[in-house]
Amino acid sequence: MSMDRRQFMKIAGLSAVLGIGGSLIIDKAGHAGLGAGPRYEQGPNAIEAKRWGMVIDAGKIKTGEDYKRIIKACHSIHNVPDFGEAKDEVKWIWTDDYEHTFPSAENPFMDQTYKEKPFLLMCNHCEFPACVRVCPTKATFKRPDGIVVMDYHRCIGCRFCMAACPFGARSFNWRDPRPFIKQVNPEYPTRMKGVVEKCTFCVERLAKGQGPACAEASNGAMVYGDLMDPNSEIRKILATTYTIRRKPELGTEPSIFYVIGGSENNA
Amino acid sequence: MYNGGKIILGLAVFAGLVTFPFLYNIGQADRQPDLKLDTPVIRQMAVKHCVEPKAFMRAEHMQLLNDWRNEALRQGNREYVSSTGEKYNISLQNTCLHCHSNKKKFCDECHNYMAVHPYCFDCHLQPKENVQ
Amino acid sequence: MLEKALTGSKRYWAWVFFLLALIGAGTLAYLKQFSYGLGLTGMSRDVSWGLYIGQFTFLVGVAASAVMLVIPYYLHHYKTFGRIVILGEFLAVSAVIMCVTFIFVDMGQPMRIMNVILHPRPNSVMFWDSMVLSGYLLLNIVIGWTTLGAERRAVPPPKWVKPLIYLSVPWAVSIHTVTAFLYAGLPGRHFWLSAIMAARFLASAFAGGPSFLLILSLLVRKLTKFDPGKEAVQTLGKIVTYAMFLNVFFMLLEVFTAFYSNIPGEMASFKYLYAGLDGHSRLVPLMWTSSILAVVSMAMLIFPKIRAKENLLLMACIAVFISLWIDKGFGLVIGGFIPNPMEHVVEYWPTLPETIITVGVYALGFLVLTVLYKVAISVKEDVEGAAYKKIEPAGQAVSK
Repeated sequence: MSMDRRQFMKIAGLSAVLGIGGSLIIDKAGHAGLGAGPRYEQGPNAIEAKRWGMVIDAGKIKTGEDYKRIIKACHSIHNVPDFGEAKDEVKWIWTDDYEHTFPSAENPFMDQTYKEKPFLLMCNHCEFPACVRVCPTKATFKRPDGIVVMDYHRCIGCRFCMAACPFGARSFNWRDPRPFIKQVNPEYPTRMKGVVEKCTFCVERLAKGQGPACAEASNGAMVYGDLMDPNSEIRKILATTYTIRRKPELGTEPSIFYVIGGSENNA
Repeated sequence: MYNGGKIILGLAVFAGLVTFPFLYNIGQADRQPDLKLDTPVIRQMAVKHCVEPKAFMRAEHMQLLNDWRNEALRQGNREYVSSTGEKYNISLQNTCLHCHSNKKKFCDECHNYMAVHPYCFDCHLQPKENVQ
Repeated sequence: MLEKALTGSKRYWAWVFFLLALIGAGTLAYLKQFSYGLGLTGMSRDVSWGLYIGQFTFLVGVAASAVMLVIPYYLHHYKTFGRIVILGEFLAVSAVIMCVTFIFVDMGQPMRIMNVILHPRPNSVMFWDSMVLSGYLLLNIVIGWTTLGAERRAVPPPKWVKPLIYLSVPWAVSIHTVTAFLYAGLPGRHFWLSAIMAARFLASAFAGGPSFLLILSLLVRKLTKFDPGKEAVQTLGKIVTYAMFLNVFFMLLEVFTAFYSNIPGEMASFKYLYAGLDGHSRLVPLMWTSSILAVVSMAMLIFPKIRAKENLLLMACIAVFISLWIDKGFGLVIGGFIPNPMEHVVEYWPTLPETIITVGVYALGFLVLTVLYKVAISVKEDVEGAAYKKIEPAGQAVSK
């Protein structure tokens, strides 16, 4: 009985949708008119991975200027607005202190330098992302290469992903962001009000053969690479250096690793 | 007929309302959309052509853009190989509007005529010369 | 039957137009929110759900509570509820309509609402929530309307309604379970990550919904010729009593786990809500109001002698309702976001436009409720009037 009802409702819903969107279907049929037809490819310079990840060596990022430069590299390229206040804030990469970056790993007797040192926070591109699981429209999804991205065109702005993300990585456009972008990058879109956004691991740059903008601006403090490739630079660092992740106990398997004590031990 | 006057009056008001859009525009020839292809980039093209034939683009560009969006964003395929074998970077902002840098005289002409309001440009930036 | 809602006293129409005015104000505020964005509300990056989703959660409970009348009446043939079961079903209809509207006004891109059906993700709880809520709305409209129509014609309801009624019982449980799952399955939100969340939701629903229904029943008796019956009211009071104790018990279980385990994340939201955290304590007075009302109401409800006095029972039920409204419609949702995932405390308070929109949605729900109750009660008055006429000598029949 319950299946029948559900199916009935689905069909009823679908026919309503088809009634409205019927012309789209006809358009699709017309698309075949191109004959042998178009293809879609990755592009010649695209760099690929089975699962992208990043190591952030906190010891190598020394001054406040360094942090500012890295954050600005990301935010200026991606047209991330600066509202100048916390309530409407949108951010893809930002800093916080040890205690708030790794809330369950704090220690009252820790070395003061690390206690007060800022750490870079961003989307963890989790292997089992809670945000993807909860999205009702598949607007946020995980690509085969492990990167968790947003389809802003499809996002309905329900903000379930923001409730689900244990890392606070997601921002919502509480209002039109455009007036708050100081210097617009003409090659990258902005977002519109009412959608969620976050770090994309620079998928648009990977497609052109470039690395993430933050890593590029970090002077080697942020190393990106394929976590599934045992010969990659990132795997070598992970094999030889003690690294931690944010909230590993939640089982989302973050792909961003932190070197806390600097890279002195790094072979 | 009971309440005949009221019914006739009601019918008259109804008919007036329904035909209002037609009556209002009577005698006014609607201005046809006047698309301009005259941009610096197009001017320099030896053979002026879009990514696909003109007739296809005219009828199907919205569907093509939809496919581009899904392929680039969801499949990670950012290169389009056209039916004639030419390769294009999939980008509304950097490919389409690179040639059609006159959004107002190209996109908007038809969209306004058809009274459609695609939300592309809520996110994708318009070419500089049209930003006011 | 809908024509019954088109005739009424001056008081009825004044109430209807009052609600329409509130809906108008809410609509204007919503239009402003639609053009400006959800930044018009008090929500932020850190508290990304607020009053709207809180009200939604609370009202799903009110909707689900109709089952507290359906089970005794249809499954146990408890005839006393025969007079008010329709009031429960129609309350559910209006509550679900409010729920759906609250979800709609909370959306950043409401024009894309069909994406939930066009691109469904079956492992998203929100997808299932939209499915079960629309199903429940349909069930209650069909069941309520059909049984009322049958009553009007003095015939038994058609046979095909019975399976639907039975279906509505687990379905009611499902809507609130799925709504609890919106919260209870999120990693990193300690306050919500609790296996008894759905049970808590149901317990608070079965206290809050029937207490509201009891208030409505007494109101109906006062304003119309229809009397829901003294015994029905008393039984409702009993249901409220049991459910409220269960609800508070469940809530204390959470407190025990959090504080005896001494895990900071488990305790943080409780501390914020009841004592303040890092110097932030905006919700503390509200939460203590809720707690005090809960204690007072339980102290009244537990004594049968107090319950037997309808005025005191009414006061206890008002206390239950307000207590649960604060606890679930405010504390539960907002408390889950504070502290945020980085354990910073960012507070939330609704803005004026947000409040006006919320009032507007409630007015819409009350308008639906008023119209449906008007129809139901007019039908019942007619039926009873007709029965009365049959018994009394023709000349003495009360003229309408």
